[in-house]
Amino acid sequence: MKAGSNLEKVLAAGHFAVTGELGPPRGNNAEEVRHKAHYLKGIVDSVNITDNQTAVVRMASWAACKILIDEGLEPNYQMVCRDRNRIALMSDILGATALGIKNVLCLSGDHQRFGDHPEGKNVYDLDSVQLISIFKKMRDEGKFLNDKELDGAPGIFIGAAANPFADPFTWRAVRMGKKIAAGADFIQTQCIYNLPKFREFMKMAVDRGLHEKCAILAGITPLKSVGMAKYMAKFVPGMDVPEELVKRLQGVDKKAQGDEGIKIAIEMIQEIRETIPGVAGVHVMAIEWEHRAKEIVEGAGLLPRPVVD
Amino acid sequence: MIVGDSKPLEEILEMIEGKDKVLVLGCRGCVTVCNVGGEKEVGILATALRIARKKRGLPTSIEERTLERQCDPEYIEELAEAAEGYDAIVSIACGVGPQFVAERFPKVRVFPGINTTFIGGALEHGVWSERCQSCGNCLVHNFGGLCPIARCSKSLMNGPCGGSANKKCEISPEVDCVWHLIVEKMAEMGRLEELERVWPVKNWITSRDGGPRRRVREDLKQ
Repeated sequence: MKAGSNLEKVLAAGHFAVTGELGPPRGNNAEEVRHKAHYLKGIVDSVNITDNQTAVVRMASWAACKILIDEGLEPNYQMVCRDRNRIALMSDILGATALGIKNVLCLSGDHQRFGDHPEGKNVYDLDSVQLISIFKKMRDEGKFLNDKELDGAPGIFIGAAANPFADPFTWRAVRMGKKIAAGADFIQTQCIYNLPKFREFMKMAVDRGLHEKCAILAGITPLKSVGMAKYMAKFVPGMDVPEELVKRLQGVDKKAQGDEGIKIAIEMIQEIRETIPGVAGVHVMAIEWEHRAKEIVEGAGLLPRPVVD
Repeated sequence: MIVGDSKPLEEILEMIEGKDKVLVLGCRGCVTVCNVGGEKEVGILATALRIARKKRGLPTSIEERTLERQCDPEYIEELAEAAEGYDAIVSIACGVGPQFVAERFPKVRVFPGINTTFIGGALEHGVWSERCQSCGNCLVHNFGGLCPIARCSKSLMNGPCGGSANKKCEISPEVDCVWHLIVEKMAEMGRLEELERVWPVKNWITSRDGGPRRRVREDLKQ
């Protein structure tokens, strides 16, 4: 075991893993974190806590992670390279692991021009691939980037993201391979709506043997409405929402669109699990819809979650 | 070259408010090439200032001069006799110009008339693009002759990130995803495999991050 996290154990035991996601509040409202967390307890193996996602200022990811630990859930600490240099990133992973955080997801981070403080300066001292390699070095060699010894190495299960729908498409599996070569133990993909394209992506990954070196979790985000589907398709870079999905949502009554979105998510998980080789689990990102995560996971036949010692 | 943009006329008028005798000072270097701070632009700015000040009933003594360069003390020295005769000098060189002029003539108020924007080149007449961030350790040959430090919004060395769509950067459809271009170019050159290397962290000490930079060339010093 590298970290002995629940997620790592579930994957090591060969179970189809399920991770969830929780966005910290835009304030210090700890109760809000606890409230969202209780919807995910027992539903997922680990919960990603986003790090100022879309460059909008929110409660620090590590702090929300600690609240989850106190509530009896396992967090996955997302860290972006946008806001911190190598000094702060290494310092934060030491602090986070000292608080009991065992999973980390290394990301470049959305550019701040999207966010609520677009006038800010960014850092990008490292990129996500380099961040993975530094954390691996700290864990496996017990050394900082500068080769100095650590007084206590962080036990961390290292994650990374992959977007099969960004361009250039044929380079996507290769880049995921770079993250795995750098030390990623697990991958969570961007939200999948275009299954044929994801299938093609996974074929390239499997041809490269990447699924044998690393657990690849397929990203699932339920569409709440036609509006959300159209927004994702139009405004979120690197998001691929096929027209037929939009039409399917349009085909039902407005009040029933959310239910239809959940149904689509369930079908997608089942199809991925049954027909796409190399997928080790799903990452269910029910954005601001944490209370409906259970329906998805249960509907996909993935409850109860395994308990692994 | 160093590329710049003119400051709004109103901003310059505010800067020189209360200054009767003003010199607009151009530079024949980069800013002449990018049509923002050469002799021609000195004439245009001086005329605009005269007209605007005349309308407001203010003194219209705006003189014009353009130096060979403003980043070299020997050319700044050409102003030695005249400089203190002005209440204000508006330098329309890059950011180096107003600093060198102010340093040489401490009694004169010196103002920047342009905003220095980036190191780049002309794509066509009237269009420039940033190409270099002066990181102090050039690596472009490894990326098909394209710089990921200056041209990727996140300076990724192992790109492209998940925000690359239709060859464009996530920040704007106006911005090319340089990593898309790098992948395409390396594929064309039959060198795609080279990009599979995990590029280690960059040493930024040669960049501005290592503190303000200074070069001493012993072979050139007298």
